[in-house]
Amino acid sequence: MYDIKALYEAASVAEAIRLLQEHPRAQIIAGGSDVLVQIREGRRAGAELVSIYGIDALRGVTFDGEGAIRIGSLTSFSHIAASPIIREKIGVLGEAVSLVGGPQIRNIGTIGGNTCNGVTSADSASTLLAWDAVVELTGPEGIRRLPIRDFYIRAGVVDLRSAELQTAIIIPKAAYEGYFGHYIKYAMREAMDIATLGCSVNVALSDDRKTIRDARIAYGVAGPVPMRAPSAEAAAVGRPVCADTVAAFARAVLSDIHPRDSWRAARAFREHIAVELARRALTKSIELAGGALDG
Amino acid sequence: MYAGQKIRRVDAFDKVTGRTKYTEDLCDRGAYVARVLHSTIANGRVIRIDTAEAERVPGVVRVLTCFDLKEKHYFPTAGHPWSTDPAHQDVADRLMLTERVRFWGDDIAAVVAEDEIAAARALKLIRVEYEEYPFVLDVQQAMMDGAPLLHEAFPNNILRHTQTRLGDYEKAIQEPGLTKVEGWYETPVVQHCHIENFICFAEAEGDRIKVVTSTQIPHIVRRVVGQALGIDWGRVRVIKPYVGGGFGNKQDVLYEPLCAWLSMQVGGHLVKLDVPREETFVSNRTRHSIRNHIVSWVRPDGTFAARKLEAFSDQGAYASHGHSICAKGAGAFPQLYPCENVEVDAYTVFTNKSVAGAMRGYGIPQAMWAVESHTEDVCAAIGADPVEFRRKNLMPVGYVDGFSKNELYCDSFNQCLDRAMAAIDYERKFKAYQNQTGDVRRGIGIAMFWYNTAVWPISLESTSCRMVLNQDGSFQVQVAETEIGQGADTAFAQMAADVVGVPLEKVHVVSCQDTDVAPYGTGAYASRQTYVAGFSIRQTGLMLKQRILDYAHLLTRMPVFNLDIADGNIVRTTDGRVLMSLAELATEALYSLTDSRHITAESTYQVKSNAYSFGCTIAEVEVDIPMCKARLLNIVNCHDAGKLINPALAEAQVHGGMSMGIGLGMSEKLMFDERTGRPLNNNLLDYKLPTMLDHPRLVAEFVENPEPTSAFGTKALGEPPACSPAPAIRNAILHATGVGVNTAPVNPHNLFRAFTEAGLIHDESEVSRDV
Repeated sequence: MYDIKALYEAASVAEAIRLLQEHPRAQIIAGGSDVLVQIREGRRAGAELVSIYGIDALRGVTFDGEGAIRIGSLTSFSHIAASPIIREKIGVLGEAVSLVGGPQIRNIGTIGGNTCNGVTSADSASTLLAWDAVVELTGPEGIRRLPIRDFYIRAGVVDLRSAELQTAIIIPKAAYEGYFGHYIKYAMREAMDIATLGCSVNVALSDDRKTIRDARIAYGVAGPVPMRAPSAEAAAVGRPVCADTVAAFARAVLSDIHPRDSWRAARAFREHIAVELARRALTKSIELAGGALDG
Repeated sequence: MYAGQKIRRVDAFDKVTGRTKYTEDLCDRGAYVARVLHSTIANGRVIRIDTAEAERVPGVVRVLTCFDLKEKHYFPTAGHPWSTDPAHQDVADRLMLTERVRFWGDDIAAVVAEDEIAAARALKLIRVEYEEYPFVLDVQQAMMDGAPLLHEAFPNNILRHTQTRLGDYEKAIQEPGLTKVEGWYETPVVQHCHIENFICFAEAEGDRIKVVTSTQIPHIVRRVVGQALGIDWGRVRVIKPYVGGGFGNKQDVLYEPLCAWLSMQVGGHLVKLDVPREETFVSNRTRHSIRNHIVSWVRPDGTFAARKLEAFSDQGAYASHGHSICAKGAGAFPQLYPCENVEVDAYTVFTNKSVAGAMRGYGIPQAMWAVESHTEDVCAAIGADPVEFRRKNLMPVGYVDGFSKNELYCDSFNQCLDRAMAAIDYERKFKAYQNQTGDVRRGIGIAMFWYNTAVWPISLESTSCRMVLNQDGSFQVQVAETEIGQGADTAFAQMAADVVGVPLEKVHVVSCQDTDVAPYGTGAYASRQTYVAGFSIRQTGLMLKQRILDYAHLLTRMPVFNLDIADGNIVRTTDGRVLMSLAELATEALYSLTDSRHITAESTYQVKSNAYSFGCTIAEVEVDIPMCKARLLNIVNCHDAGKLINPALAEAQVHGGMSMGIGLGMSEKLMFDERTGRPLNNNLLDYKLPTMLDHPRLVAEFVENPEPTSAFGTKALGEPPACSPAPAIRNAILHATGVGVNTAPVNPHNLFRAFTEAGLIHDESEVSRDV
């Protein structure tokens, strides 16, 4: 039994916006795998809810006119993982969301919910951040788009304005074409767990695959929100594909991340793992890109 | 013969189709809902509780606090048989609601409401004022002079201290040439995590109170509800439906007295108390964390000259099963590897933590963690082969325990070792994994375990059975030993069918125990159901058979000594002729106009024996050193549990126990905040119960030496599988890396610390500062 004051179901984005305007205190519920848990815990007990779960227009993975990948915000993790577009162009995202919870959660959980929650441990978040994803938000004033790194404000808070909902996540063509990536979820269990640390890396190599043309790395749980590691990226871009580059890249992440020292994991432990994950994720990304580390 | 066959569970179809009724399924929808308010300090006293706002919540029926408990009947909670000797009774230190708070999560008030939402809203609106006292969480700090005292009657918080002295330890260690090996070994607080949380409901029936509850021990619950309410025990009726696992947590009286009392406070209305998972972790029972200190003095020939064990068992805030757990583990120490000079000191100590009680293995998983980790350390210290050292020092065949008269009749340890080693290809892997280098290494490790079946002669071992013949030649079987998911009903049906001589489908085991009608017995614990019930089933079955044959004599004129029952028929043994079916006999017996009888049998058997149940685990791991992770590749348990009544169910028991041992060894730990005493991870996300993906294929092997004292050749198998996996995994990691982690669980946090100390990995933040 859940303590819910009222539930309003929207059939379209326009109706959802109208319902959110009419009920300014209402919260959005999509799959409910976070919201219902929070209601049960008492954190959102007595809430008014606007359900957007019935808006099928927000489901599916497509190419837009410019070759960008458009993921409807209500697309479930299972559907993302099974999407031919995701598999072909940005397989790492499918791999990352396949590590969320268990099968039931992946069937009900949505990528929009995963990002709008604003939690640092979301398995999709670090990969979206590492692939320069763009968030599409629709509200009373129309549509606005912003880079996902600007979408995250602080722990649990995202840039979602009054009566606005997230309608899509977009990966621009320039952000994925020629890039190959790998995600490592470091958790205490092989399933049904949240990440102690998540690390998503991708690279684009030069035509001869001897030089790192571009490298991007993002972490979950290395700070209050998912974050990029710019020092590490700088240490790799333009550098030769070799073990020394990988080591320098991995070491440099410690200049960027600020993991917590908590009962869930000690800071020193998280830092140690962060370096190791960076090393392994970059090595694997280089392999996927057809590069080889000498020695 | 059905005993020994892989018979399908008698409750299989109902369980897989969802037809089986558990406690919640049986509760009428009109029930009031009760929720408990728990203390949010670890030690102190409730000064005042303001319930006014909570009482105004629509749907709230009553808010009752510790101050409403006018009659204070302190009661014990352990699921032990009652003792009529006050000196042997469990400590009675609980109240249904308490002003004196001793741990974060103590029970101080309760809300009765029309539904869960009203109850939850009201809980949040109750205002509590406390007088706070300092608290203590560490078991050895709690023993120090001046530590916060939990119970006046127990100075230095020591619930009990027991000693064993064999030979002369101090003299023995003077022997020249001895190697001293010493270590501290500790297990964490873990929780049972049965899939069905504790739940009960209560209502008045006339001047009596009925409690339906998810328990292992219905007759004990009846007694304790009577004690807690201060009413005659016969006024209490307890019903135990199907249970979704107990593992010892439900071998304690939990909220049955409170639920009964709440019902009485609202005019006997039906009240349901369904404990959420978060509260199950904190306010039910846990496994005792035990810190063990072992010193061994080893001769150059690889034998023990002298040994010492100090065990410090963390009881938490109330006595529950108390010292029984630590004492059992301490009792295993001098027996598993007998030595002439032994000192054992076992302490059970109160701390301001959740209450520890019974949990699968009852102190033996903790003891085996210490003893078998230490055995491996001894082997490493003197350069002995882990298998040869164990074979040389383990309890020898013919060993007899002076107290219980348990005897090791067969070479169970070596037979189990041989079978487990063959199953996992031990010899080859042990050699292959010596002296590895590199980031990823493999290892293989062994642990033995000691266990004994049942509780005689420490406690009463009484078992009763009733059989009632139906017109169709089938019969009901009732016993007091409870089905809690382990498959007991199926084993009982197999044994009963064999004793009476009928097809299995003619045996109807009454699974539900209702203390108004169920025969008396103390319930499911101590891995004793099949062993103990076997006695009363066999005795009662023979009585029933005798009565059937007596009646067959009337109908057939044949002498009873020439009659038998086989496959549901009355058979003349001299020529094998079927004289009549049991159905024909039973129908005639009930409806005869000349001699009508209701053929039944009922008897009690007092078991005055007990049996050892031994075995081992071998585990193979792969350790990724930079990632601080160990992965379990293969694991095998081998048991001598005597003759298996149902090998398929036996295998399933072993699988479940191994899983529990894997959790203890690798991932589970209930944590408490050092600054407040608050539990930190009392949910199934933060408490790392292993998932399916964390398990390799679980392999269960058996050697079947029939137990001579047993009615059916059986002995313990419920708890033993959980006893040895954790140290076997620890020893495998030691084999792989040279690093022995003495504090369970061997999770990445502990491996990070251990590998850093051993120099296998480097602190990255140090590296970055260098750069």
